[in-house]
Amino acid sequence: MSTKADATAARFSVKRLVSALGIGILFGIGLAISGMTQPSKVFGFLDFFGDWDASLALVMGGAIAVHLTTRRLILRRSEPIFDSSFRVAGRLPIDGRLLAGAVLFGIGWGLGGVCPGPSITALSSGAWQMLLFVGAMCGGILLFQVTTKLWLGDGGGTT
Amino acid sequence: MHNFTPWSALLGGALIGLSASLLLLLNGRTAGISGIVAGVLNPRGGEFTWRLLFVVGLLLGGVGYSVAVGQSFQFDLERSGTAIGIAGLLVGFGSQLGNGCTSGHGVCGMSSLRVRSVVHVCTFIATGALTVYLVRLLGGVL
Repeated sequence: MSTKADATAARFSVKRLVSALGIGILFGIGLAISGMTQPSKVFGFLDFFGDWDASLALVMGGAIAVHLTTRRLILRRSEPIFDSSFRVAGRLPIDGRLLAGAVLFGIGWGLGGVCPGPSITALSSGAWQMLLFVGAMCGGILLFQVTTKLWLGDGGGTT
Repeated sequence: MHNFTPWSALLGGALIGLSASLLLLLNGRTAGISGIVAGVLNPRGGEFTWRLLFVVGLLLGGVGYSVAVGQSFQFDLERSGTAIGIAGLLVGFGSQLGNGCTSGHGVCGMSSLRVRSVVHVCTFIATGALTVYLVRLLGGVL
Protein backbone atom coordinates (compact mmCIF):
# COMPACT_ATOMS: atom_id res chain seq x y z
CA MET A 1 0.00 0.00 0.00
CA SER A 2 1.38 3.46 -0.83
CA THR A 3 2.11 5.98 1.88
CA LYS A 4 -0.66 8.18 0.52
CA ALA A 5 -3.14 5.34 0.94
CA ASP A 6 -1.74 4.70 4.42
CA ALA A 7 -2.26 8.33 5.38
CA THR A 8 -5.76 8.37 3.98
CA ALA A 9 -6.68 5.16 5.74
CA ALA A 10 -5.30 6.45 9.03
CA ARG A 11 -7.23 9.70 8.73
CA PHE A 12 -10.45 7.81 8.15
CA SER A 13 -9.89 4.91 10.50
CA VAL A 14 -12.31 6.07 13.21
CA LYS A 15 -14.96 7.21 10.73
CA ARG A 16 -15.02 3.90 8.89
CA LEU A 17 -15.30 2.01 12.16
CA VAL A 18 -18.18 4.15 13.35
CA SER A 19 -19.91 3.81 9.99
CA ALA A 20 -19.45 0.03 10.06
CA LEU A 21 -21.17 -0.08 13.45
CA GLY A 22 -24.00 2.21 12.38
CA ILE A 23 -24.59 0.41 9.11
CA GLY A 24 -24.57 -2.93 10.93
CA ILE A 25 -27.30 -1.64 13.22
CA LEU A 26 -29.38 -0.46 10.25
CA PHE A 27 -28.84 -3.78 8.48
CA GLY A 28 -29.94 -5.68 11.60
CA ILE A 29 -33.07 -3.57 11.93
CA GLY A 30 -33.83 -4.22 8.27
CA LEU A 31 -33.42 -7.95 8.76
CA ALA A 32 -35.73 -7.91 11.77
CA ILE A 33 -38.44 -5.86 10.04
CA SER A 34 -38.24 -7.98 6.89
CA GLY A 35 -38.99 -11.27 8.66
CA MET A 36 -35.71 -12.90 7.68
CA THR A 37 -35.08 -13.53 11.39
CA GLN A 38 -38.12 -15.80 11.58
CA PRO A 39 -37.55 -19.38 10.46
CA SER A 40 -41.30 -19.75 9.86
CA LYS A 41 -41.12 -17.02 7.19
CA VAL A 42 -38.16 -18.75 5.53
CA PHE A 43 -39.91 -22.13 5.56
CA GLY A 44 -43.03 -20.47 4.20
CA PHE A 45 -41.05 -18.90 1.35
CA LEU A 46 -39.39 -22.21 0.50
CA ASP A 47 -42.66 -24.15 0.71
CA PHE A 48 -43.35 -23.92 -3.03
CA PHE A 49 -45.32 -27.14 -3.05
CA GLY A 50 -47.39 -26.25 -0.01
CA ASP A 51 -48.65 -23.04 1.51
CA TRP A 52 -46.37 -20.55 -0.25
CA ASP A 53 -45.51 -17.24 1.43
CA ALA A 54 -43.92 -14.90 -1.10
CA SER A 55 -42.85 -12.34 1.48
CA LEU A 56 -39.12 -13.04 1.32
CA ALA A 57 -39.17 -12.59 -2.44
CA LEU A 58 -40.25 -9.04 -1.71
CA VAL A 59 -37.43 -8.68 0.80
CA MET A 60 -34.93 -9.59 -1.90
CA GLY A 61 -36.79 -7.45 -4.41
CA GLY A 62 -36.83 -4.43 -2.15
CA ALA A 63 -33.17 -4.80 -1.29
CA ILE A 64 -32.10 -5.16 -4.92
CA ALA A 65 -34.31 -2.26 -6.03
CA VAL A 66 -32.47 0.05 -3.65
CA HIS A 67 -28.99 -1.39 -4.00
CA LEU A 68 -28.91 -1.95 -7.73
CA THR A 69 -29.94 1.62 -8.54
CA THR A 70 -27.49 3.22 -6.14
CA ARG A 71 -24.58 0.85 -6.70
CA ARG A 72 -23.80 2.09 -10.18
CA LEU A 73 -23.71 5.70 -9.03
CA ILE A 74 -21.52 4.85 -6.09
CA LEU A 75 -18.99 2.93 -8.18
CA ARG A 76 -18.60 5.88 -10.52
CA ARG A 77 -16.62 7.50 -7.73
CA SER A 78 -12.88 6.98 -7.71
CA GLU A 79 -12.94 5.95 -4.06
CA PRO A 80 -15.36 5.54 -1.15
CA ILE A 81 -15.84 8.32 1.37
CA PHE A 82 -14.03 6.80 4.35
CA ASP A 83 -11.42 4.71 2.62
CA SER A 84 -8.85 4.98 -0.10
CA SER A 85 -10.24 2.29 -2.40
CA PHE A 86 -13.22 0.07 -3.10
CA ARG A 87 -12.84 -3.62 -2.38
CA VAL A 88 -15.44 -5.64 -4.21
CA ALA A 89 -15.24 -9.21 -5.37
CA GLY A 90 -13.39 -9.90 -8.59
CA ARG A 91 -14.52 -12.13 -11.42
CA LEU A 92 -14.78 -15.72 -10.36
CA PRO A 93 -15.97 -18.67 -12.46
CA ILE A 94 -19.26 -20.52 -12.23
CA ASP A 95 -17.80 -23.82 -11.18
CA GLY A 96 -18.33 -26.89 -9.04
CA ARG A 97 -17.25 -25.01 -5.93
CA LEU A 98 -19.91 -22.39 -6.40
CA LEU A 99 -22.62 -24.96 -7.03
CA ALA A 100 -21.56 -27.24 -4.18
CA GLY A 101 -21.44 -24.27 -1.84
CA ALA A 102 -24.90 -23.14 -2.89
CA VAL A 103 -26.31 -26.66 -2.52
CA LEU A 104 -24.97 -27.02 1.01
CA PHE A 105 -26.00 -23.50 1.96
CA GLY A 106 -29.51 -24.10 0.69
CA ILE A 107 -29.89 -27.34 2.63
CA GLY A 108 -28.70 -25.61 5.79
CA TRP A 109 -31.04 -22.67 5.23
CA GLY A 110 -33.98 -24.93 4.48
CA LEU A 111 -33.21 -27.02 7.56
CA GLY A 112 -32.55 -24.27 10.07
CA GLY A 113 -34.59 -21.42 8.67
CA VAL A 114 -31.95 -18.75 9.17
CA CYS A 115 -28.87 -17.59 7.28
CA PRO A 116 -25.81 -15.75 8.61
CA GLY A 117 -27.09 -12.21 9.04
CA PRO A 118 -30.46 -12.99 10.61
CA SER A 119 -28.92 -15.56 12.95
CA ILE A 120 -26.69 -12.88 14.48
CA THR A 121 -29.49 -10.34 14.73
CA ALA A 122 -31.77 -12.94 16.32
CA LEU A 123 -28.94 -13.92 18.66
CA SER A 124 -29.91 -10.86 20.66
CA SER A 125 -32.85 -12.85 22.00
CA GLY A 126 -30.47 -15.18 23.82
CA ALA A 127 -32.42 -18.16 22.54
CA TRP A 128 -30.44 -21.39 22.70
CA GLN A 129 -31.43 -22.25 19.12
CA MET A 130 -29.69 -19.15 17.78
CA LEU A 131 -26.67 -19.55 20.05
CA LEU A 132 -26.31 -23.11 18.77
CA PHE A 133 -26.85 -22.12 15.14
CA VAL A 134 -24.33 -19.27 15.24
CA GLY A 135 -21.82 -21.47 17.04
CA ALA A 136 -22.24 -24.22 14.48
CA MET A 137 -22.05 -21.70 11.65
CA CYS A 138 -18.75 -20.39 12.98
CA GLY A 139 -17.63 -24.00 13.26
CA GLY A 140 -18.55 -24.57 9.62
CA ILE A 141 -16.62 -21.47 8.55
CA LEU A 142 -13.55 -22.52 10.51
CA LEU A 143 -13.85 -26.09 9.23
CA PHE A 144 -13.77 -24.74 5.69
CA GLN A 145 -10.72 -22.62 6.39
CA VAL A 146 -8.87 -25.52 7.96
CA THR A 147 -9.72 -28.00 5.23
CA THR A 148 -8.80 -25.68 2.38
CA LYS A 149 -5.53 -24.76 4.03
CA LEU A 150 -4.68 -28.42 4.46
CA TRP A 151 -5.99 -29.56 1.11
CA LEU A 152 -5.38 -26.71 -1.29
CA GLY A 153 -2.98 -24.53 0.63
CA ASP A 154 -4.99 -21.41 -0.10
CA GLY A 155 -7.15 -19.23 2.11
CA GLY A 156 -10.29 -19.68 0.06
CA GLY A 157 -13.64 -18.43 1.32
CA THR A 158 -15.00 -14.96 0.96
CA THR A 159 -12.74 -11.91 0.92
CA MET B 1 -51.75 -16.32 0.60
CA HIS B 2 -50.91 -17.51 4.07
CA ASN B 3 -48.95 -15.11 6.30
CA PHE B 4 -48.14 -12.73 3.45
CA THR B 5 -46.50 -9.58 4.86
CA PRO B 6 -45.64 -7.48 1.80
CA TRP B 7 -45.11 -4.10 3.42
CA SER B 8 -42.78 -5.14 6.20
CA ALA B 9 -40.95 -7.31 3.69
CA LEU B 10 -40.46 -4.40 1.29
CA LEU B 11 -39.48 -1.98 4.04
CA GLY B 12 -37.05 -4.43 5.60
CA GLY B 13 -35.64 -5.25 2.19
CA ALA B 14 -35.20 -1.58 1.36
CA LEU B 15 -33.29 -1.03 4.61
CA ILE B 16 -31.07 -4.00 3.80
CA GLY B 17 -30.39 -2.62 0.34
CA LEU B 18 -29.74 0.83 1.75
CA SER B 19 -27.28 -0.62 4.27
CA ALA B 20 -25.43 -2.42 1.50
CA SER B 21 -25.23 0.81 -0.48
CA LEU B 22 -24.02 2.78 2.51
CA LEU B 23 -21.34 0.21 3.28
CA LEU B 24 -20.16 0.49 -0.31
CA LEU B 25 -20.29 4.29 -0.43
CA LEU B 26 -18.74 4.98 2.96
CA ASN B 27 -16.47 1.97 3.54
CA GLY B 28 -16.01 0.68 0.03
CA ARG B 29 -16.90 -2.87 1.09
CA THR B 30 -19.42 -5.52 0.09
CA ALA B 31 -22.14 -6.30 2.62
CA GLY B 32 -21.77 -10.05 2.43
CA ILE B 33 -22.40 -11.26 5.96
CA SER B 34 -20.76 -14.66 5.56
CA GLY B 35 -17.58 -12.95 4.42
CA ILE B 36 -17.72 -10.41 7.20
CA VAL B 37 -18.15 -13.12 9.85
CA ALA B 38 -15.37 -15.19 8.27
CA GLY B 39 -13.10 -12.17 8.45
CA VAL B 40 -13.80 -11.86 12.17
CA LEU B 41 -12.97 -15.52 12.77
CA ASN B 42 -9.89 -15.43 10.56
CA PRO B 43 -8.58 -11.87 10.61
CA ARG B 44 -6.37 -10.69 7.83
CA GLY B 45 -5.15 -7.48 6.30
CA GLY B 46 -6.49 -4.82 8.64
CA GLU B 47 -10.10 -5.77 7.98
CA PHE B 48 -10.89 -7.22 11.38
CA THR B 49 -12.08 -4.25 13.41
CA TRP B 50 -14.69 -2.85 11.03
CA ARG B 51 -16.07 -6.34 10.51
CA LEU B 52 -16.29 -6.95 14.24
CA LEU B 53 -18.12 -3.65 14.71
CA PHE B 54 -20.47 -4.48 11.86
CA VAL B 55 -21.34 -7.80 13.52
CA VAL B 56 -21.84 -6.01 16.84
CA GLY B 57 -24.13 -3.64 14.94
CA LEU B 58 -26.19 -6.58 13.64
CA LEU B 59 -26.66 -7.70 17.24
CA LEU B 60 -27.52 -4.21 18.45
CA GLY B 61 -30.01 -3.80 15.62
CA GLY B 62 -31.73 -6.90 16.90
CA VAL B 63 -31.75 -5.54 20.43
CA GLY B 64 -33.11 -2.19 19.26
CA TYR B 65 -35.86 -3.82 17.26
CA SER B 66 -36.84 -6.05 20.17
CA VAL B 67 -37.01 -3.06 22.51
CA ALA B 68 -39.06 -1.11 19.99
CA VAL B 69 -41.66 -3.87 19.51
CA GLY B 70 -41.64 -4.79 23.16
CA GLN B 71 -40.56 -8.41 22.91
CA SER B 72 -37.55 -10.45 21.97
CA PHE B 73 -37.47 -12.70 18.93
CA GLN B 74 -39.73 -15.71 19.29
CA PHE B 75 -38.97 -19.01 17.59
CA ASP B 76 -41.38 -21.85 17.23
CA LEU B 77 -38.66 -23.83 15.54
CA GLU B 78 -39.47 -27.54 15.60
CA ARG B 79 -35.90 -28.64 15.30
CA SER B 80 -33.69 -30.61 17.63
CA GLY B 81 -30.30 -29.38 18.68
CA THR B 82 -28.75 -31.87 16.27
CA ALA B 83 -30.72 -30.52 13.33
CA ILE B 84 -29.90 -26.92 14.22
CA GLY B 85 -26.23 -27.78 14.64
CA ILE B 86 -26.11 -29.48 11.24
CA ALA B 87 -27.96 -26.56 9.67
CA GLY B 88 -25.46 -24.10 11.08
CA LEU B 89 -22.50 -26.17 9.91
CA LEU B 90 -23.93 -26.40 6.40
CA VAL B 91 -24.67 -22.68 6.22
CA GLY B 92 -21.22 -21.78 7.50
CA PHE B 93 -19.30 -24.22 5.35
CA GLY B 94 -21.48 -23.74 2.28
CA SER B 95 -21.22 -19.97 2.41
CA GLN B 96 -17.44 -20.18 2.31
CA LEU B 97 -17.35 -22.80 -0.43
CA GLY B 98 -19.74 -20.76 -2.57
CA ASN B 99 -18.17 -17.39 -1.73
CA GLY B 100 -21.30 -15.82 -0.32
CA CYS B 101 -24.81 -16.05 1.05
CA THR B 102 -28.17 -14.30 0.74
CA SER B 103 -26.64 -10.86 1.30
CA GLY B 104 -23.39 -11.37 -0.59
CA HIS B 105 -24.78 -13.08 -3.66
CA GLY B 106 -28.47 -12.35 -3.29
CA VAL B 107 -28.35 -8.62 -2.65
CA CYS B 108 -24.90 -7.45 -3.74
CA GLY B 109 -24.08 -9.98 -6.44
CA MET B 110 -27.45 -9.87 -8.13
CA SER B 111 -27.50 -6.05 -7.93
CA SER B 112 -24.21 -6.17 -9.83
CA LEU B 113 -26.01 -8.29 -12.43
CA ARG B 114 -23.55 -11.13 -11.97
CA VAL B 115 -24.75 -14.32 -13.58
CA ARG B 116 -22.66 -16.22 -11.06
CA SER B 117 -24.71 -14.79 -8.21
CA VAL B 118 -28.01 -15.51 -9.94
CA VAL B 119 -26.88 -19.12 -10.40
CA HIS B 120 -25.87 -19.32 -6.73
CA VAL B 121 -29.15 -17.90 -5.48
CA CYS B 122 -31.32 -20.07 -7.73
CA THR B 123 -29.38 -23.13 -6.58
CA PHE B 124 -29.72 -22.49 -2.88
CA ILE B 125 -33.39 -21.62 -3.19
CA ALA B 126 -33.93 -24.89 -5.07
CA THR B 127 -32.11 -27.03 -2.51
CA GLY B 128 -33.73 -25.07 0.29
CA ALA B 129 -37.17 -25.76 -1.14
CA LEU B 130 -36.34 -29.42 -1.57
CA THR B 131 -35.15 -29.60 2.03
CA VAL B 132 -38.35 -27.98 3.32
CA TYR B 133 -40.39 -30.41 1.24
CA LEU B 134 -38.51 -33.43 2.58
CA VAL B 135 -38.76 -32.20 6.17
CA ARG B 136 -42.51 -31.82 5.75
CA LEU B 137 -42.69 -35.34 4.36
CA LEU B 138 -40.94 -36.52 7.50
CA GLY B 139 -43.61 -34.88 9.62
CA GLY B 140 -42.28 -31.33 9.90
CA VAL B 141 -40.30 -31.97 13.07
CA LEU B 142 -36.66 -32.91 12.93
